[in-house]
Amino acid sequence: MKSYRKYLAFFRLRFSVGLQYRTAALAGIVTQFVWGSMEVLMFRAFYRSDPGSFPMTLSATCSYVWLQQAFLALFMAWMMENEIFDSIVNGNIAYELCRPVNLYSMWYARSLANRFSKAVLRCLPILVFAFFVPAPYGLMLPESPGTFLLFLFTLFAGTGVTTAFCMLVYMVSFFTISPAGIRMVAVSVVEFFAGAVIPIPFFPNGVRRVFELLPFASMQNVPLRIYSGDLTGRAMLDAAALQLFWLAALVLLGRLLNALAMKKVTVQGG
Amino acid sequence: MITLEHVRKTYKVSKRDAGFSSAFKALFHKEYEYIHALNDVSFTILDGEMVGYIGPNGAGKSSTIKILSGILTPEEGICLVDGLIPWKNRIEYVRNIGVVFGQRSQLWWDVPVLDSFELLREIYRIPESTYRRNLEQLTNMLDLSQLLKTPVRQLSLGQRMRCEIAASLLHDPRILFLDEPTIGLDAVSKLAVRDFIRKLNQDKNTTVILTTHDMQDIEALTDRIILIGKGKILLDGTIDDIRKDYDSTEEALAAFYRSHQI
Repeated sequence: MKSYRKYLAFFRLRFSVGLQYRTAALAGIVTQFVWGSMEVLMFRAFYRSDPGSFPMTLSATCSYVWLQQAFLALFMAWMMENEIFDSIVNGNIAYELCRPVNLYSMWYARSLANRFSKAVLRCLPILVFAFFVPAPYGLMLPESPGTFLLFLFTLFAGTGVTTAFCMLVYMVSFFTISPAGIRMVAVSVVEFFAGAVIPIPFFPNGVRRVFELLPFASMQNVPLRIYSGDLTGRAMLDAAALQLFWLAALVLLGRLLNALAMKKVTVQGG
Repeated sequence: MITLEHVRKTYKVSKRDAGFSSAFKALFHKEYEYIHALNDVSFTILDGEMVGYIGPNGAGKSSTIKILSGILTPEEGICLVDGLIPWKNRIEYVRNIGVVFGQRSQLWWDVPVLDSFELLREIYRIPESTYRRNLEQLTNMLDLSQLLKTPVRQLSLGQRMRCEIAASLLHDPRILFLDEPTIGLDAVSKLAVRDFIRKLNQDKNTTVILTTHDMQDIEALTDRIILIGKGKILLDGTIDDIRKDYDSTEEALAAFYRSHQI
């Protein structure tokens, strides 16, 4: 199996393309600083009224917020690749189909690279800044090196799940004339169910239990809560295992859709 | 060798009149029309042949090229290229073909041309020595030395087109499909591209199938033409078969189209 090399080549090229956009990264960093600060201030106001009624400590919540801002590019569903949608809509995909590559693997490699290149450019300044914000409003250190390693592992797994979900949206676009509608629905669903708006523990217990089983909870929810010490012990390992399950399931479904799309695809335009 | 026998491809096209009320009606009742893009198309092309595939707009040229390059599946008919069915085992098949779509781009927009070439080297797993040799040859023949390190977005159309053609040939394809490769090129670039294609065919015995609306391309390059109109093959012969006693091939062709009402 030497075929991974060509997908690695896609990853490398997309990654180096992504690193070019320095101004966009700067703008992103500023936005995420402001957004993160606002969220921290908002939670501070809530916690002042009654800290006991919250499922996570203020310090854990603030760490959650800062990590979320630092690694935004890894998890935001709306960061899909317009070039991929364009190629489906205007028919440039013709070129991609004349190559000895599997479309799914190629786009997966591209999308991962896109997310990582954006995250690499943006995460450091935010992380460093958040470390120096005084407790409990800043980013705390993880409990143990073990926790940190599992955080890293689930961070990658979560990125994999997010990308696999976006791949489903790309694949469905083969069957509709315009991808705009499905894209908008998918993005809103992910934002809400993944804990991007408010962390999943803040939902009422019954709902929360269901949410935690959905693929969306296997995106940012797991790594961010592991880091902030909200997920520990058995629950932490279960959540990581569930991530791997969803990763496998979504990739399988995506590949199935890919095979189906290849059978009925018509390349648009002359 | 390329063989097409009785190939059919039909598209379902939604149609409606212009205007608001028809748009509203179409919400409830859509009318479709079936367009026979290819209606019983058969031909054979031998190894090392250069064939011009011509016809008016909407005749079915691009559909044929898409079928031959494995990205479109016809409803009926047989299509064999070097013993393989293009749309079955697509990945295996496309290793041996090169395609240039004149209206599309395969180069990565924001990075130097060479980055796209390196990617192709990995995709086709071209051995290092072959890659170096081909790159050097293509650079000389298409005059690319000044262009390779430039980001694609900063190339002119003609410059980009020369790079596109080079990109499609790095892996030594046995068959080359050119879909309007000279569209929008200036005189110098056109001549360069034509010279290059001729030489490629002579040196490497590459089979070339060319679609174009530029009759000078056809005159300069191909002995044989296949003329398609409304999804049917109307003529399989030489340029002289249509030319007869018209002054220019252009006029002859227009007269031919008119007489066949296509």
